[in-house]
Amino acid sequence: MSTSPSIVMLRRNFKHLGRNPASVFNAVLMPILMMFMFVYMMGDAFDVGAGIDYVDYATPGILLMAVCYGLGGTAVAVNSDMTKGIINRFKVMDVSRGAVLTGHVIASVLTNVIAIVALIGVAFLMGFSPSAGLVDWLGVAGMVVLLGFAAGWLTVALGLSAKSPETAGMAAVPLVLLPFFSSAIIPAEKMGPGLREFAEYQPFTPIIETIRGLLAGTPDSGDAITAVAWCVGIALVGYLWARSTFTKRA
Amino acid sequence: MSGTVSAAWRGRVSPDAEAKPMNTPAIAVSGLQKTFGDKVVLAGIDLEVRAGTVFALLGPNGAGKTTTVNVLTTLMKADGGTVRVAGHDIATEAKAVRKSIGVTGQFAAVDELLTGRENLQLMVDLNRSVTNKGIVTELLERFELTESADKPASTYSGGMRRKLDLAMTLVGSPRIIFLDEPTTGLDPRSRRTMWSIIRDLVADGVTIFLTTQYLEEADQLADRIAVLDQGRLVAQGTADDLKRQIPGTHVRLRFTTAAELDSAAQILTDGTRDDESLTLRVPSDGGTKSLRAVLARLDEYALSAEEFSVQTPDLDDVFLALTGHNTEVVAK
Repeated sequence: MSTSPSIVMLRRNFKHLGRNPASVFNAVLMPILMMFMFVYMMGDAFDVGAGIDYVDYATPGILLMAVCYGLGGTAVAVNSDMTKGIINRFKVMDVSRGAVLTGHVIASVLTNVIAIVALIGVAFLMGFSPSAGLVDWLGVAGMVVLLGFAAGWLTVALGLSAKSPETAGMAAVPLVLLPFFSSAIIPAEKMGPGLREFAEYQPFTPIIETIRGLLAGTPDSGDAITAVAWCVGIALVGYLWARSTFTKRA
Repeated sequence: MSGTVSAAWRGRVSPDAEAKPMNTPAIAVSGLQKTFGDKVVLAGIDLEVRAGTVFALLGPNGAGKTTTVNVLTTLMKADGGTVRVAGHDIATEAKAVRKSIGVTGQFAAVDELLTGRENLQLMVDLNRSVTNKGIVTELLERFELTESADKPASTYSGGMRRKLDLAMTLVGSPRIIFLDEPTTGLDPRSRRTMWSIIRDLVADGVTIFLTTQYLEEADQLADRIAVLDQGRLVAQGTADDLKRQIPGTHVRLRFTTAAELDSAAQILTDGTRDDESLTLRVPSDGGTKSLRAVLARLDEYALSAEEFSVQTPDLDDVFLALTGHNTEVVAK
């Protein structure tokens, strides 16, 4: 019975998820509530372009928010492993040192996937009508997983560096707020000066535009390249930061 | 500092003696240094722990105990000196060191969302060398955790958590175990349980390196004790060696008048008087016989003390005697 340590850790993370309803609520139900709120309560107030159904406009953005909402739980979980000495316990054992972190990242990505599948189901019930073909859908899946992976490593680094679980939760807040200042809810060109430039150049906008293009069946390779570049960059920074904090902090 | 001390103190002989060459210590530390920024935490430590014995590192908060454990267990890199654990260099053979050690940190590192059984199973799954399929059940029984085995660890008491933590450390059957303040924060009963668990481990031939703030704990468990003060070892030897350097157990008598104190000092000639507090300190082993003798002498001369107490030396006395300052200075 020699299961890889990463799988053992992943199994542990999933047990946690099942026993911690608050994190499931945040990761899976919050995005669905956001969807209801934006589409039913505010959708009519936003002008996103003639003839475009708001649910079709908002779904890609809320998909991205769903990824971000899951991150708070990951940061807190990683930090409590760190501050309670569980990471030290694994570090003095003869197991591959990164396994505990890989476990957290994979669990984070899988939580994202569950949240997104649930959200897309709800979106369809609310009248979402994408024109995406199979290849486009695969593109969406790839983009979401890549983002989840990149943001997951960054969150693990935040969780390792934070002093306490509370500060770790706070550290993930910017990641949750960033999508609001992107083209997720309303197009960037409708925003005021300053905010508009910020929305145009921040990483989430090209990622959302890529997903939006794919779901509309009209993918934009320019957006896609920018989006992938951002994700690879974030993943790299997150991974290196996490690795060095993991090695140094005891 | 005492050089040659018999490991057979209290009649204990290392059961591991045949298995390992007598001259290979389980832990050998020489000139160990560690600095955080410009703060020197360990200023050159030398110590040796023989296989199958218990070594206690005694010191107040902030002395550098946890840092020592962290370096010896490969969690932190040393800034100077050499450390060999189980014959392996911690700097170049960290993996081999990790294979031979078990570590229980200062705070019970158990996964609170998992049950006791799941915590142990997690260790089994991560430990490829474990072949004993029944080890989880065995450990639960041995540590009297069977009843709570399927409850989440978050519901455990402090003592149960420590036991679970130690049980998790034992999954890989390590030959050298590090225990960082294993009883800090435990109630007296749980402390005694922990002590008896540690004694059982030693009986199995395991080498134990423990840190503690309690002189009594070091005295109860350790074959050798080293006293750590501000990153330096200020004394090293057996419990008896240390006790010889500090004021021993004594009886403290407090009187109401100076005249009474005078008379008492004349009949109890080996006492040390303190005129300011009107007290007389009389050396005693604390046993009923010697206490009765002191009381009988007082009765004989129709003297009565207002207060009578038996004092045993604690960490403060050790520090006062060895370093000239008490633990407060370091702790705050």
